[in-house]
Amino acid sequence: MSRQAAGTAFAALLRRDFLLAYRRRAELLQPLVFLLVVVTLFPLGVGPSPGLLANIAPGVIWIAALLATVLSLDSLFRSDFEDGTLEQMVLSGQSLALIALARTVAHWLVAGLPIVLLSPLLAMWMNLPDEGLLILIESLAIGTPVLSLIGAIGGALTVSLKRGGQLLSLLVFPLYIPLLILATSAVSSAVAGLPYTGQLGLMTAGLIASLTLAPFATAAALKLSLS
Amino acid sequence: MLAVSELSFERYFERVFEPVSFELGAGSLLLITGSNGCGKTTLLRLLAGLLEPSEGKIQIKEQALYAGHFPAIKDDLSVEENIRFWMKFMGTRKSGQMSGLCEQVIEEIGLTPVALQEGRTLSAGQRKRCSLARLLFCDESLWLLDEPYSNLDPQGISMLDRILKTHLNAGGACIMTTHGSLRPEGFELQECHMVSGRERYTGAAT
Repeated sequence: MSRQAAGTAFAALLRRDFLLAYRRRAELLQPLVFLLVVVTLFPLGVGPSPGLLANIAPGVIWIAALLATVLSLDSLFRSDFEDGTLEQMVLSGQSLALIALARTVAHWLVAGLPIVLLSPLLAMWMNLPDEGLLILIESLAIGTPVLSLIGAIGGALTVSLKRGGQLLSLLVFPLYIPLLILATSAVSSAVAGLPYTGQLGLMTAGLIASLTLAPFATAAALKLSLS
Repeated sequence: MLAVSELSFERYFERVFEPVSFELGAGSLLLITGSNGCGKTTLLRLLAGLLEPSEGKIQIKEQALYAGHFPAIKDDLSVEENIRFWMKFMGTRKSGQMSGLCEQVIEEIGLTPVALQEGRTLSAGQRKRCSLARLLFCDESLWLLDEPYSNLDPQGISMLDRILKTHLNAGGACIMTTHGSLRPEGFELQECHMVSGRERYTGAAT
């Protein structure tokens, strides 16, 4: 059997995912709307005092981004699992890790990248000082791919369960906690004029580790879910 | 091409079907019969490599093509987009003429009038035809077809018989399941009757 070149299959899968994302754009917007609503409601709930908002801004924006990502994770592999696409992909002879990576990259581009792009607006709403803005964007740019990569493992593990959503959040939230602590601490340090490169460095290390390891874990989880 | 000996599968410590053995050479068609729930689909999934056998051996040279109950068709993509994706993803020996090949495949499975319609608008029979499109561009020489005749109209059935005949004449082989009513016509075939593990246990089988 002549197997398709890995690059061509990867590109075909990415192209299909973007097309699907475009056709289901309402489904995609839901986590982003959730993110915007949460950040908008905070000043109304805790009071509009500029100092208070600036203090909690990094945490609020990061927690909202984290919850928005988890919202979109459950559907990452579900439809492919339910209509038999996943089993055909497994049988195609392509490396399952490559398939997992393509799905994760597509997920980040349609669910994670918009969060990074929206973050200046969110920072303005939360009155984040200008010194913190760039670091917030950087931390989200480094952190959201990690959210997608780790989330994909959880999504693959729970894909064969009828109501995997709750289990999925139980599985991935503990793994997100270090990222949340590092990111908010980096932004707060930058606002206070303290060094923040250590936190960003650790986050980058996390990104490299999950980029190289998570696709294999996701592939193993998918294999498990299919049998 | 394929040899199976004393193959059985256990789920939750219970045998799904009684052990089966058969051999399949190039150009032959094996029909697997048996009542609902006797493990026909499980057997095909074992042969495809989606499940690991509990006992027995499967000797198989290469990856087989498996067409199961799930059509692997995206509701939000058109028939043409669906087929084109699978052609790109799986690859095909005929890839030099990719652009023309897709239209040719769609015409052969009789879906030209609905080629631009979204997957969600297809009827059950059209879905089946769309999922069988893979047979026309794949390179695998062993096909595992799970109830390929279900939902097809008479034209669809003769279309499938035609595709199958071409495949077998070219030295391919095919294993097909059926629960009885629809059988391939005009083929020389081997038959394997399956007995569910539970039937045997309760003594209900004859």
